[in-house]
Amino acid sequence: MNTEITGVILMFIATIALAIPFGKYIAKVYAGERTFLDPVFNRVEKFFFRISRIDPNKEMNWKQHLVTLLTINLIWFLFGMLMLMNQRWLPLNPDGNPSMTPDCAFNTTVSFVSNTNLQHYSGETGVSYLGQLILQLFQFISAGTGMAAVAVVFCALKERTADKLGNFYNFFIKSCTRILLPISFVVAIILVFNGTPMTFKGKDTIISLQGDTVHVSRGPAASMIAIKQVGTNGGGFYGANSAHPLENPTYLTNVVENISIILISIALVFALGFYLKRKKLALMIFGVMIIGVLIFLIPTIIQEMKGNSAIAKMGIDQTAGSMEGKEVRLGSAASAYWSIITTVTSNGSVNAMHDSFTPLSGMFIMLGMMINSFFGGVGVGFLNFYIFIIIAVFISGLMVGRTPEFLGKKVEAREMKIAMIIFLLHPLLILSGTALSSYVIHIHPGLPWLNNPGYHGFSEMLYEYTSSSANNGSGFEGLGDTPSVFWNITCGFVMLVSRFLPIIGPVAIAGLLAKKKYIPESAGTLKADTVTFGIMVFAVIAILVALSFFTALALGPIAEYFSK
Amino acid sequence: MEFMKTNIIQATLLTLCCIVFFCGVYTAVVWGIAQFSSNNGKGEIINYRISNGTLKYGFVNVGQSFTANKYFWSRPSAANYNAAGSTGSNKGPSNPDYLKQVKATIDTFLVHNPSVKKSDIPVEMVTASGSGLDPHISPKAAMIQVARIAKVRNISEEDLKLLVNNHIEKPLLGMFGPERINVLKLNIALDEMKSTLICSKKN
Repeated sequence: MNTEITGVILMFIATIALAIPFGKYIAKVYAGERTFLDPVFNRVEKFFFRISRIDPNKEMNWKQHLVTLLTINLIWFLFGMLMLMNQRWLPLNPDGNPSMTPDCAFNTTVSFVSNTNLQHYSGETGVSYLGQLILQLFQFISAGTGMAAVAVVFCALKERTADKLGNFYNFFIKSCTRILLPISFVVAIILVFNGTPMTFKGKDTIISLQGDTVHVSRGPAASMIAIKQVGTNGGGFYGANSAHPLENPTYLTNVVENISIILISIALVFALGFYLKRKKLALMIFGVMIIGVLIFLIPTIIQEMKGNSAIAKMGIDQTAGSMEGKEVRLGSAASAYWSIITTVTSNGSVNAMHDSFTPLSGMFIMLGMMINSFFGGVGVGFLNFYIFIIIAVFISGLMVGRTPEFLGKKVEAREMKIAMIIFLLHPLLILSGTALSSYVIHIHPGLPWLNNPGYHGFSEMLYEYTSSSANNGSGFEGLGDTPSVFWNITCGFVMLVSRFLPIIGPVAIAGLLAKKKYIPESAGTLKADTVTFGIMVFAVIAILVALSFFTALALGPIAEYFSK
Repeated sequence: MEFMKTNIIQATLLTLCCIVFFCGVYTAVVWGIAQFSSNNGKGEIINYRISNGTLKYGFVNVGQSFTANKYFWSRPSAANYNAAGSTGSNKGPSNPDYLKQVKATIDTFLVHNPSVKKSDIPVEMVTASGSGLDPHISPKAAMIQVARIAKVRNISEEDLKLLVNNHIEKPLLGMFGPERINVLKLNIALDEMKSTLICSKKN
């Protein structure tokens, strides 16, 4: 069998096999049960809470949770702006990189606080090593924020009738120290011993075998690359992200990085099952999500292994597949696999340049971000899926003529309004952003924005806003967004809104439902943990997303595919 | 109001703890362990002699530009193999300018390798990598350059084919991922091969 295909199958199976026991572990962490890391981290956490004057046992209601979440994020934002705009003269800047302009610092800080990691700078020249360490901090704490939010929702789903739903700081710190840190550490060590640099020495100057003088960027890369994958952040140390041979040196590191991209997102689904003791519900959610992933994955791998039809016409040997923007050590199958895994989750790291993928692959990559809930970002992916569940519960309730209920709680007008606003936000931000930029480029055709003409140029803009709104952070990198105030500000705004409203909405719904009276299951109850309901949820996602985005996709990748 | 005030203080202090722990402690531990890796985490290096005979070093994992006829060529690069940066071409698959460029690269390859059939040119030799620093080519991409190098260096094709075969890096555990050849390692071995041949002739 083709060794590229076996490699992809290995990654798929290994990921799921690891996610199940890890989900069990996560459930224990959030339930406050004993775990094997207690001897180390109990002390660390106690110390943190003592210094910060926090009582981790003081429970909060859903509104207090949200206020706390937003406050701490605001502090991070101010801190990030301050550091990035002054990095030139701060320590740890051996390459003498400049401070960021205000618009670029705004974009970068929002991008990293919102777990997006859209990068309108290049790692080698745009940030100092101190800047990279600050971004690494955000990669931990932004992921921790999303996971704390999902822990609140888990808590709300578990309680029969409750107002108090645990302590935010407790969920947050535990997510960081018990879940993100151990895996990041393991991944970082694997990277270090496979060729990824971890040094504070600056650029090296070498003479190549042929006699050319070239520079080689190094830096403390391994620690950041690990958390960028584990926390669905995606922001790379080097400009080319995980396509860079120092960021992703071997096929083994590619397997490890790729597993860690989606591991927590899948594990959280199983964690829900263990935490609520509703394994069938978790299986239903897992089933819907994994089928969705496979629907994007299989055709993308086939397309990329088949190669670019325009190059096939030139009569060369294209058995390696579409290799523009891809690395030989990884191959086209593993690159296609990565491209889907990184976009169905909100990771956004890349090991190949998505801009050069064949048109239909580009469409599947974008669809993953448009749905944004087939596993999705750590924590927030499940929150997005929760919105679809609420909508599906409501619609199926109407279809069979019963009051819509989910896990013994009545879903009423207020919850539905929130769910619909959160759902509509995503297409609104993507489509209006794309429309605005299309208009600007139409009246100023001289702007150096588009690296490719025609339909593909439109796709570059559509992709940028899709990625921003999905908090993904990958790009059709041909887009000339780097020195542009327009892209920095508009994408920054989109990332900000699309990060926090989709956290506020689901937490509010879960909090409102938790307070309601528990209705025991009866013969008339709509069962959520059945195949029928799974199909219903899948249909709701498919129909809503198709209605929202089909026209935009038809103007971009679909038109490009048919116009060859 | 009181809730907000304590909240801001708590959040600020907790942020400081996180800065110390996730910027400082975590990074320091990984850095400390990296001191036990090859070249102390500064990137794996390899030594070689350049044409004037001086000893230099390069990074094993960072590709170098090879355009001379006496060397196995590396892939086209949008970053010109200068690892101060890294980038792909980001050309879309249907971009007419891009397709013209690919055609021109094919033609150049054929001019320099007249014995090679067009249908034997592997796609990675005419397309730019994602990083612009790809250190590898496929075994086939090396094999089709053997005739050219044999002629320039006056070495038998059989010896060169053996050299290429010896440099094929197998898939992970023999099962996962593509076969590849590190172009820098191959070319270093190629230079050494030439000097041993000259030595043996002198003797």
